[in-house]
Amino acid sequence: MSTVIQFVYFLVAIAFIVGLKAMSSPATARRGVQWAGYAMLAAVLVTFYLPGMHNYGLMITAIVIGAAIAWYLGKTVKMTDMPQMVAIYNGMGGGAAAAIAAVEFLRQGAAHHASVGLLAALGAIIGAVAFSGSCVAFAKLQGLLKKTYQVPQQNNVVFFLALFTFGIGLTIGFSAQPGGLELMIFFLLALALGVLLTLPIGGADMPVVISLLNAFTGLAVGFEGYVLANPLLIVAGTVVGASGTLLTLLMAKAMNRSIRTVIFAPITGEAQETQGEVAGSLKEHSPDDAAATLRYAQKVIIVPGYGMAVAGAQHKVWEMAQLLEEAGVEVKFAIHPVAGRMPGHMNVLLAEAGVPYDKIFDLEEINAEFAQTDVALVIGANDVVNPAARTNKSSPIYGMPILNVDQAREVLVIKRGKGTGYSGIENELFYRDNCHMVYGSAQEVVARIIQRLKELEA
Amino acid sequence: MDGMSALFIFMLAAFTGYEVIARVPVILHTPLMSGSNFIHGVVLIGGMVVLGQTPSDDAVSLTIGFIAVLLGAANAAGGYVVTERMLAMFKSNKGAGGSGR
Repeated sequence: MSTVIQFVYFLVAIAFIVGLKAMSSPATARRGVQWAGYAMLAAVLVTFYLPGMHNYGLMITAIVIGAAIAWYLGKTVKMTDMPQMVAIYNGMGGGAAAAIAAVEFLRQGAAHHASVGLLAALGAIIGAVAFSGSCVAFAKLQGLLKKTYQVPQQNNVVFFLALFTFGIGLTIGFSAQPGGLELMIFFLLALALGVLLTLPIGGADMPVVISLLNAFTGLAVGFEGYVLANPLLIVAGTVVGASGTLLTLLMAKAMNRSIRTVIFAPITGEAQETQGEVAGSLKEHSPDDAAATLRYAQKVIIVPGYGMAVAGAQHKVWEMAQLLEEAGVEVKFAIHPVAGRMPGHMNVLLAEAGVPYDKIFDLEEINAEFAQTDVALVIGANDVVNPAARTNKSSPIYGMPILNVDQAREVLVIKRGKGTGYSGIENELFYRDNCHMVYGSAQEVVARIIQRLKELEA
Repeated sequence: MDGMSALFIFMLAAFTGYEVIARVPVILHTPLMSGSNFIHGVVLIGGMVVLGQTPSDDAVSLTIGFIAVLLGAANAAGGYVVTERMLAMFKSNKGAGGSGR
């Protein structure tokens, strides 16, 4: 029986890797996750038949409760809130890895090999950090936690806390019978480490952090797989750890941030005060003015941002784009790599609204076109179109690639109010001569523009 | 498990993970992160093993093991649903990713 189970685990590991490969291409992505899903189901089912298993009642209760709640929340959450759902589920995986380590530590008379103790301790720390860090990331993305916090000497404190926690972990890992108090202190310190690491990081860098914590959880699962002598956990965990690390680097590159600056030199509130005065004034347009400007343009590029997603206006925006096309206006969508909250998030939202792929363009593909564009319509985006990233060396977002909307003949910005973007930085674009502001919720403003466009045709 | 062969497994799995996603387009960054989030939900298996092998009178270990299974199941189920929902958006795309080079 055991051989059969191990062979099923072997097939599951293959399915995970092939599934992950399929998920990295749009045409096969959906199939990929479905293969991996069946594989996971098979792995869970055969695990019930492992020799020496009992406590089935508890096990099934835990699976049913955990899976049912997560399934329900995952099904019902709004598309715009997906990033924080990824964060919280990732945190749960990290927590599970840490809990496994805790049980292994407590196991009496277990003849611990040195490497088992070491990896159990490492996995426990990394898993606990992923858990508490993901909880903080969730709170930030959900808007429960709006500010960043930092302790004095942040980097040194984190470094020594990590070292100290690891030291306690090692003594626990190598002792035959660790005390309950010792274990409790160890896990509390590891959890505090995760909180300390993520609290100072600003919202704009959250995607990179979640991706990093995702890789962390993968590693923790791989380490606990070694402790449990389970090759499936080792392979799946390590594959996620490695691919997650690469994905983190790719994301950071898309945002022109290095991992080091994200973790150790976070954007803080103080950075805003060092900025120069912004020249010019804000000029307001009504939605009716905006409709006319758009209708009589030759070429319009729409730049959607998180504000559009929050307002749920993507369907309306697509309806407006279709009306403009019927009137002979060329319409394109320009997507910044981190539009929305994460790379690729905005593409998913536009796809949901039915916008075809050949109308959606990456930053590199479209940036040269703004100079020949009549109207750039910015909907609920802010930091990703801030020219300060190009010119102002003291700006915290300096160096981030931006969409060059300021080069268009006219810029229209639909925005809820006069506030700043997610990074809290003033946007000088809004004060330029060729820029007009249309205030209001994206949903309402676009609805009004659509109505006006229809009147213009009639 | 013998430590050295485990080290080899770690090494090969790490290169596999790296290679498998090396050429992913930007539009798939978020779904792929979510997908790998689902795959480390395999930690559920570890939780089941730990809980299943805990003596039935060891209340502390049973509680922690229960939490491990609960969290692992949530990771796996939630990770799957979220990924599947994101990727379902790509079904209308017949020509394999026009924008994501």
